[in-house]
Amino acid sequence: MTVSGQGIETVDPVGLKKEILEKYPAKVGRKRTKQIIINKVDDGVVPEIGANVRTIPGIITQRGCCYAGCKGVVLGPTRDIVNITHGPIGCGFYSWLTRRNQTNPESTEDGHNFMTYCFSTDMQEENIVFGGEKKLRQAIQEAYDIFHPKAIAVFSTCPVGLIGDDVHSVTREMKEKLGINIFGFSCEGYKGVSQSAGHHIANNGIFTHVIGTDDTVHDGRYKINLLGEYNIGGDGFEIDRVLEKCGISVQSTFSGNSSIDKFANAHTSDLNLIMCHRSINYVAEMMEKKYGIPWVKVNFIGAESTAKSLRKIAQYYGEKDLIDRIEEVITEEMPEVKKAADEIRPRTQGKTAMLFVGGSRAHHYQELFREIGMIPIAAGYEFGHRDDYEGRRVLPEIKVDADSRNIEELEVTHDLERYRPRKSKEEMEGLAGKGVSFRDYEGMMPDMDEGTLVVDDISEYETEMLIDKYRPDIFCAGIKEKFVIQKKGIPLKQLHSYDSGGPYAGFKGAINFYREIDRMVNSRIWKNLKAPWQKNPELSAKYAYMPNR
Amino acid sequence: MEALDKSKLLRHTTREIKERAALTVNPAKTCQPIGAMYAALGIHGCLPHSHGSQGCCAYHRSTLTRHYKEPVMAATSSFTEGASVFGGQANLIQAIDNIFTVYNPDIIAVHTTCLSETIGDDIPQIISKAEEEGKIPKGKKVIHANTPSYVGSHVTGFSNMTKAMVDYFAQSTGNTKDQINIIPGWVEPSDMEEIKRLAGIMGIRTVMFPDTSGILNGPQTGRFHMYPRGGVTIEGLKSTGDSMGTIALGQTASSAAAHALDTRYKVPFDLLDLPIGLLATDRFVDALRRMTGASVPESIEIERGQLLDIITDMHQYFYNKKVGLVGDPDQLISLSEFLVSIDMWPVHIVTGSPGKAFEKKIGEITSGSPYKVNVRAAGDMFMFHQWIKNDPVDLIIGNTYVKYIARDEDIPFVRHGFPILDRIGHSYFPTVGYKGGMRLLEKILNALMDRQDRDADAKNIELIM
Repeated sequence: MTVSGQGIETVDPVGLKKEILEKYPAKVGRKRTKQIIINKVDDGVVPEIGANVRTIPGIITQRGCCYAGCKGVVLGPTRDIVNITHGPIGCGFYSWLTRRNQTNPESTEDGHNFMTYCFSTDMQEENIVFGGEKKLRQAIQEAYDIFHPKAIAVFSTCPVGLIGDDVHSVTREMKEKLGINIFGFSCEGYKGVSQSAGHHIANNGIFTHVIGTDDTVHDGRYKINLLGEYNIGGDGFEIDRVLEKCGISVQSTFSGNSSIDKFANAHTSDLNLIMCHRSINYVAEMMEKKYGIPWVKVNFIGAESTAKSLRKIAQYYGEKDLIDRIEEVITEEMPEVKKAADEIRPRTQGKTAMLFVGGSRAHHYQELFREIGMIPIAAGYEFGHRDDYEGRRVLPEIKVDADSRNIEELEVTHDLERYRPRKSKEEMEGLAGKGVSFRDYEGMMPDMDEGTLVVDDISEYETEMLIDKYRPDIFCAGIKEKFVIQKKGIPLKQLHSYDSGGPYAGFKGAINFYREIDRMVNSRIWKNLKAPWQKNPELSAKYAYMPNR
Repeated sequence: MEALDKSKLLRHTTREIKERAALTVNPAKTCQPIGAMYAALGIHGCLPHSHGSQGCCAYHRSTLTRHYKEPVMAATSSFTEGASVFGGQANLIQAIDNIFTVYNPDIIAVHTTCLSETIGDDIPQIISKAEEEGKIPKGKKVIHANTPSYVGSHVTGFSNMTKAMVDYFAQSTGNTKDQINIIPGWVEPSDMEEIKRLAGIMGIRTVMFPDTSGILNGPQTGRFHMYPRGGVTIEGLKSTGDSMGTIALGQTASSAAAHALDTRYKVPFDLLDLPIGLLATDRFVDALRRMTGASVPESIEIERGQLLDIITDMHQYFYNKKVGLVGDPDQLISLSEFLVSIDMWPVHIVTGSPGKAFEKKIGEITSGSPYKVNVRAAGDMFMFHQWIKNDPVDLIIGNTYVKYIARDEDIPFVRHGFPILDRIGHSYFPTVGYKGGMRLLEKILNALMDRQDRDADAKNIELIM
């Protein structure tokens, strides 16, 4: 085992990349070479990386499917929709309570909460042969009769697309019949190249069927929507706490601790804040076009990033009351955070971390590691696109390929009644000049050191190579990777749906994260992997069996 | 309409039962492919391969990983829209090539999914093509099982892959070997170990397939082995056609493979219930004895006596208690029999797996019950919960999802079955055999007695129980 942090000085990333690629069949190597990049930052410009491209069959991947992105990630945390999976039983079963999205049903008056339930049409062979529309129609009716929900959503699994069930016509028909909001998603697992396609489809569906259906304007001086925050381990609760303390009202969160009622009038807010750029930027873009709500990228992971994001909101409104209040809150919250970081840093300083997760998380959590002196030495996304790595400035260069062409891009225009630009063009330009950049995300790579490795859709084999060469002090990924890494004697922190603990967002969350990482990288147990006789196998004494003594 | 009780996790579950024809709520089963993946992990040097969209593989690996807290390795054909239209042949051939090049297993065990089955991919034809194209190195093997997700359940998927092991490997040399086959069914690695231990102390040579012990309960050594030490070997599987006989445990999971060996190679079989509890373990040990002529050593009799001892010592805590059971058919049959044998009464019994034979069998086991018995195959946990609301029980036994019912209804709960996502133990400590029976009773007693302690008021709390 190498000494902490030694990997960064001793490993030649160019050589390592070559070594990794050598094992692959030529065709695979040619593909992977574009997705394994040695980082270089030149005035904010970074090398091009291959991303959002097909997973290679047989190369063990972290990725999931379109359905997982749509039903599992984006719509899963909305507690008061009856989410029916239309398909055989598995997909619904596996996405039943398996992400740690917390929710507080008491925050909506009716108290509806269907997140603890799994609804499925459990398609059988005859439904595949003769079509499943009849069963779906009946299932919606039964869900309505038994549960009396405000809304029902239907999620298509792989065979549904193949046999040609028209879920949209069934949902339209049932919406009319039952008089509640009912809508469908064509999020068959084979669409796109990862969960990412499902996020986009979910965004389109919420935008089309829900946002803008309720024009009630709630009280609140500063009203924002928080997009791409899923309340894993209570992250959203902590962000809500901080924002509310600043006097900012969270109108709607997409989609942690969310309610369909709150999506419905999200268009009445002043500003959209984007946490996870990958999963939700589509909604933000469309809301700006249709309703005139600008969006800014924020990051509430890391205490410094949280403070920075709050200041960005303050600048946006430009009102002294809010600016002062936000400074007060930061001044109030920071000492605890600093105290925790200072206490922990001597034990974590210089240790190394790798992050291979998500579409934003591999970027966001680097901040938290840096705050306790740790060094992110390699990172990558499971389902990110080039703009998540290199920044949105590369968007015009991204070519639409066969897989992304299949994901609908909605044509959005001004809503004649509801379009209301929140800021004039001049105001927006003025703010941009002061560093509040709208519609912008700089991506992960510009924030990473030169010579660090950036790997998109990392494979199991590549993961092992990185671990063996660098011996990082901690690895961040998901449940499928967890025990592979830990068997190698290195702790793994799950960052999709934290294995345990949280919140890690905001100020209190930062403290929780520092403590968690301290626990993991300094656990005594890793020193005890070998028994004494394995450490010193030489024997000096001679064995003798003397039963009578 | 019943008022919503906002203190409940499953607050929309009503006492009033409306029959449903189309909507499954809170399933008590999952799909075939995960069972095939679990079974394939029980072959030494095997990489399971999911022929479908990559989400299936990700979901199955995640669920198995959460249940075992161990690495679960498997690959996928990663279908895109194109593959779904034109068929998955190119994806599977490329996958086979990549897997052997990069991950170098001895065997790839392909299972299908609803997607590849709906398309109609012919797996044996694709495997032949891969062979022709030289993608399968000499001495390596690709096997397959058809596991469309819209048929059966995770248990039948397990059964299909287990049968595929016979289809692809079993041979007959004409010389009967001094060994028997044991098909353990979908049980935990700890259970498989325990079954082998019992046969071992009787001096019986066994080939167990599949065998996930040593694979999904491996040690922490600071090293990761993609193909751990455990699992049935190819040699072992080949020799199953020469065995004296087969003991197949559990109708749903194990009978297909046992029948295949009998039909093809005239290997006779005994189809038994899973050896959970006193009587089922008795039948298992007796079957081992009869099939091989081995005698039962005293050490096994001592274990049996210890299990009996717990039952007689603690009978007052079991007597006439009502139990709700949800899980897989083979487990529930043996569990029900065990409970009845200690004077506990299963009153609501639900499996998600289809099969009317299950309902009949449970009906027979519970025929002497003083209580009304509800049993359902192809049922779900919503129905199970509604039954409990209408007729409460003293104890529930089921997988982790039962936690929500147990909390809402404030009923003691013992975790058993698949998946268990929130506790450890099942990988290491068996519930089969006499020792397993003892562990089950310990768990049941802890649940019941902790509840008695919790609910006792200061005047009548007992130190000695």
